[in-house]
Amino acid sequence: MSSEAALLEDYSKREYKHGFVTDIEADSLPPGLNEDVVRSISLKKGEPEWLLEWRLKAYRHWLTLTEPTWPHVKYPTIDYQRMVYYSAPKQKPLLDSLDQVDPKLLETYEKLGIPIEEQKALAGVAVDAVFDSVSIATTYKQTLTDAGVIFCPFSEAVREYPELIRKYLGSVVPAADNFFAALNSAVFSDGSFCYIPEGVRCPLELSTYFRINAQNTGQFERTLIVADKGSYVSYLEGCTAPKRDENQLHAAVVELVALDDAQIKYSTVQNWYPGDEQGRGGIYNFVTKRGACRGVNSKISWTQVETGSAITWKYPSVILQGDNSVGEFYSVAVTANHQQADTGTKMIHLGKNTRSTIISKGISAGVGQNSYRGLVKIQKNATNSRNFSQCDSLLIGDKCGAHTFPYIEVRNTSSQVEHEASTSKVGEDQIYYCQQRGIPTEDAVNMIVNGFCKEVYQELPMEFAVEARKLLSISLEGSVG
Amino acid sequence: MIVTELTPFAEQFERLSQDPAHFPDWVQSLRQSGRDRFHQVGFPTTKWEDWRFTPVTAIAQGRFGSGPENSATSEITEWVAQASLADMACRLVFVNGRLQPGLSQLDSLPAGLTVGGLADDLEADGEIATGVLGRQANIEHSPFTALNAALFRDGAAIRLADGVEIEAPLHLIFVTSGGGDAVCSQARNVVRIGRESRLKLVETHVGAPGEAYLTNSVTEIELGEAAQLDHHKLQSDSIAGYHIATTYVSQAASSRYRNHYFAFGGALSRNEIHCYHAGEQVETVLHGLYLVSGSQLADCRTRIDHAMPNCVSHEVYKGILDDRARGVFNGKILVYPDAQKTDAKQSNQALLLSDDAVIDTKPELEIYADDVRCTHGATVGELDPKGLFYLRSRGIPESLARKMLIFAFANDVVQGLRVESLKRHLESVLLADHGLPSV
Repeated sequence: MSSEAALLEDYSKREYKHGFVTDIEADSLPPGLNEDVVRSISLKKGEPEWLLEWRLKAYRHWLTLTEPTWPHVKYPTIDYQRMVYYSAPKQKPLLDSLDQVDPKLLETYEKLGIPIEEQKALAGVAVDAVFDSVSIATTYKQTLTDAGVIFCPFSEAVREYPELIRKYLGSVVPAADNFFAALNSAVFSDGSFCYIPEGVRCPLELSTYFRINAQNTGQFERTLIVADKGSYVSYLEGCTAPKRDENQLHAAVVELVALDDAQIKYSTVQNWYPGDEQGRGGIYNFVTKRGACRGVNSKISWTQVETGSAITWKYPSVILQGDNSVGEFYSVAVTANHQQADTGTKMIHLGKNTRSTIISKGISAGVGQNSYRGLVKIQKNATNSRNFSQCDSLLIGDKCGAHTFPYIEVRNTSSQVEHEASTSKVGEDQIYYCQQRGIPTEDAVNMIVNGFCKEVYQELPMEFAVEARKLLSISLEGSVG
Repeated sequence: MIVTELTPFAEQFERLSQDPAHFPDWVQSLRQSGRDRFHQVGFPTTKWEDWRFTPVTAIAQGRFGSGPENSATSEITEWVAQASLADMACRLVFVNGRLQPGLSQLDSLPAGLTVGGLADDLEADGEIATGVLGRQANIEHSPFTALNAALFRDGAAIRLADGVEIEAPLHLIFVTSGGGDAVCSQARNVVRIGRESRLKLVETHVGAPGEAYLTNSVTEIELGEAAQLDHHKLQSDSIAGYHIATTYVSQAASSRYRNHYFAFGGALSRNEIHCYHAGEQVETVLHGLYLVSGSQLADCRTRIDHAMPNCVSHEVYKGILDDRARGVFNGKILVYPDAQKTDAKQSNQALLLSDDAVIDTKPELEIYADDVRCTHGATVGELDPKGLFYLRSRGIPESLARKMLIFAFANDVVQGLRVESLKRHLESVLLADHGLPSV
């Protein structure tokens, strides 16, 4: 038992391995938020009038909202007037090749283990790297262009494909949806836009690396993915951030639209700075992610591995509008040290024969608090719908917490909803069994944790699954042993 | 908040506070604080998380009086006779929240058992109520708890001495009837079970059919070490009535509390049970069945505070909803930081018989200890088509097969009862409800 206690102690004291700050001159707006700031952002981006109006409308609505207090998390009040809402690296290059990229940036990627050079040669992953708020380099564009896939920074999409943006922006997450979504709509800097034309299976797994840099800059990404009829896309989002003392706000919005027979698979590995052992610093990750299965037989699948951030507030949801559409949510959320996570999903069944699956695995260590909050809503016309939810929690150490708040609302008889939840700890007997066979305690815990998360890992694309496993063991390093 | 909300009750409160004969000072101050609290917060709205699915606008707009003082009418006598069960140790009858000695049966009480009205107890020396009344029922917990504190006049006061085991159950019958006027009954019950004692309690709620009355009762129960209480509640209020009830239970070490709740009546009913584990080796069993149709709303809420290590809780709630009925279930299990070796199981199953029926269920787990086993499950669906097919393949017509399956689903909860007469009564209610021949 004492060795286990020591193990737990260690586990919760893991250090953040991706922490460093890149010193690059930034072109920032002064801190604070008002209509002028919104206008300047829009001006800097060279946006059309309608988008500025849209931002201003969102901003005015944001002023009427109050920050939500219902999540099961605690943090000091955020002063929105102290934040910088726009920060772009000054030497914004117009690039034909990577050689022209600021070498410091390339170095940063190198440290993260994702050299773009190598990535090009690697297993066909196109990377749209977002450094702070402006996209620097887009690779594999040619391959995608040949397939007719549009994958570009959001600001470029506004210029090049205004009709698509106008049609779909805010159609899933309205500008006035919630406090953080409204804030994002007002000040979003950049992000990614992706359009898969009818009948196209995207030849590459699309990927964006987000980095948060420049002190006191909240990142307000906006991602919009539209999968036209019969198309398929797999999108990877991975995040790491430099070490910081000041809390940073990240309020992103992700919108997915799947038309008839289309499929979108969205995978996230999130490893932002979680704060130090005492819970100082760390990212506040308040994200609105939502997908709409607009067409019949469409499918949206969210897979997330959340190991970072001081506070996570995130509910990737699916609105199942089309008949026979499918929504999936697979999640592993780890909270160690003083991390807090309030995460889950919403499955709104509107169409007939719609199906949804929720598999949520929460792991708490140290004094971390992990909550699953989910909603399964089956509307009256969603006949013969089906939902299966499973929420399991694993506790490591006796000071952490695991909570579940599932909401189930059913409005017709022919649908079936099942919800299961369980909570358990890493068993002493399981560890003992491994030790007997010469497996070190820490490896044993990793094995047990990996087994616990297996169902979610299976849903991740291969490269991500490897990275996720690595992240998880780093996250829990020293928690047991 | 609407400040005028207390107005319908203000007159009642004034009358109570000017009634010096009755209550000791500490009760009057409890009353005052309950009134202040209710005045401050008003009736809950659906914007409150705990009341999201349970709109009480109709209650807030109702003008409920306190009802006639003594009302042993022939109708009431008949309802009491219908609600009475065989083999009970004694019977207490309350009309509009006040004890009716004429209708009650309190002769030959078993030794060690003290039973009576709360008002009488308080008027004497408050032997039973002192230290229990108002201890658990925090007026800040719910506006209805505050309202009850402000307006209660009577209720059951029950005490069982140490080391006494009583086999025959004690029956409490609550009748609400305004004889045409809208009335409210604000019963307040206090139950104390001594060390190593055992008691069975049956609570029946009935009222004038078709009357839109309000019952708002609060019950505080304290179980001594190794005490056992089997608490049954049968809610057959008027289909137009409003039934709000909150039960607070504090359990000392090694005690066992079993609650069986059956909800049939009420346009709106809300039954809350709060169990607090004050010692180790405690066991809590909460079983419930809500069977509603028409435009009824049944809200069942339970909360178990696993504050101590090595405790067990087991919870099964089942619901059958027909027509435009709404069911709300909220089960919360809270495991405190040091409550290791907690074993908590919870399940809620709902059967929807109509496309217009609605169920909102929220089973919550909040866990702050690591060496625990906690599970919850919730299922919502229609009758199992395989079960139906099985019965039909054996020549049973579909309509009868459906009734049989519904009966079986509900009867699960009834079968666990240890009060024979109540079990038989409930079986016949369930059978009659579905037009099945009695067995």
